Amino acid sequence: MIDIVLLTFLAATAIAVVRHRNLFAVVMLAGIYSLLSAGLFVTLDAVDVAFTEAAVGAGISTVLFLATLALTGPREAVPVRKPYLPMVVVSITGAALIWGTLDMPRFADPQAPIHQHVAPRYIETSPTEIGIPNMVTSVLASYRGYDTFGEVTVIFTAGVGVLALLGIRRKRSSKDAAEKE
Amino acid sequence: MRQTHSDKDYQVLQVVAKLLVPYILLFALYVQFHGDFGPGGGFQAGVIFAAGVILYAMAFGLDKAMSLLSPQVLRPLAALGVLIYGGTGVAGMFLGGHFLDYYVLATPPTAGQHLGIFLVELGVGLTVTCVMLLIFFAFAQRAEQAP
Amino acid sequence: MNWVGLYNYWIVIFLMMTGFYIVVSQGNLVKKLVGLNLFQTSVFIQYISMGKMPGGTAPIESSAPAVYSNPLPHVLILTAIVVGVATTALGLALAVRIKQAYGTVEEDRIREEDRNV
Repeated sequence: MIDIVLLTFLAATAIAVVRHRNLFAVVMLAGIYSLLSAGLFVTLDAVDVAFTEAAVGAGISTVLFLATLALTGPREAVPVRKPYLPMVVVSITGAALIWGTLDMPRFADPQAPIHQHVAPRYIETSPTEIGIPNMVTSVLASYRGYDTFGEVTVIFTAGVGVLALLGIRRKRSSKDAAEKE
Repeated sequence: MRQTHSDKDYQVLQVVAKLLVPYILLFALYVQFHGDFGPGGGFQAGVIFAAGVILYAMAFGLDKAMSLLSPQVLRPLAALGVLIYGGTGVAGMFLGGHFLDYYVLATPPTAGQHLGIFLVELGVGLTVTCVMLLIFFAFAQRAEQAP
Repeated sequence: MNWVGLYNYWIVIFLMMTGFYIVVSQGNLVKKLVGLNLFQTSVFIQYISMGKMPGGTAPIESSAPAVYSNPLPHVLILTAIVVGVATTALGLALAVRIKQAYGTVEEDRIREEDRNV
């Protein structure tokens, strides 16, 4: 029940994001959107994910967007073209996807294929095989450690990329400032 | 963050931030090291720790935060995190297992798993914290210099 | 047929298409990145919805017997969120550099400037 309400809120926030021209409002709405989805993750039993989404989506990424807006300006230009073509493309894609969901297992169906393959093995044997109770941690760090290694490398590489593009200047001493004048 | 306001204008923010930041950082460490038993782990701890420092930077100014955790220190630490992760994997190979095989790290095997997961999560947490802070510093410094 | 069981997926598709619409129709690069974020989060919701078990709890072993939700999507999405913010930051850094080089982050004006060169 709660998740239906949260999902409706999410949809409303998404529409507001499309309609606003003031980018500050858009970024704050995106933060709200992230926080709502974090709440949704809690109701769907994904506490680890909710944690991360709340800290990243509502915290760090909002701050990064705001810092970017300080540099690029808060107003969006009024579009010259009417967005009919995008609307048509999006509607057709959406309709095709909705048609696809008709064949999907219903929400919270215990017979869904996703629950049949590796998950039961993780749930049954990981507490004894790995010896720690949090299955998310044991799958993340042990069974799928190779994946996670790749993810950490991607994060590191993205960090290197940002530093290459923007760079961090050494701490400004008064001498530097004087030279700049 | 610009100097158009005096420090007094931010007093409420500063007092609240001063109260909150230590607990956020402590909570991040709890999430990091308690991740085996409750919800948590390196990714979550990394972003929470970074969020705590970002709050500090926003309340007290970027320069103070950057002298607390200088980018010159964060850069090697970010690489060190990946190195810890990879090193744990290679250590498993040297001890006769496969890459990222924790069973050979200690006896009994579950203790090896514990150790391996602890090290790997430590590496993840270190890299995520440092990269998030570096990205924030890079953006915030630019934003401060903007006209 | 149980239509309520598809509500989650439909909202996910709606959110996904909203993000897609922002990316293709809006000219501002920062807004495009917000759209990409919307799209990304909708994919996260889709994965987590699929992992839900009826009457399940969070996949942390407890002494009482319980039904656990599927931990695998949680793991995939957990890492994807953090990777997502790192890649978004890279995109924003590119936007900042484009602003410096062209003086604007509006796609149309960037294209004009390119034509004038």
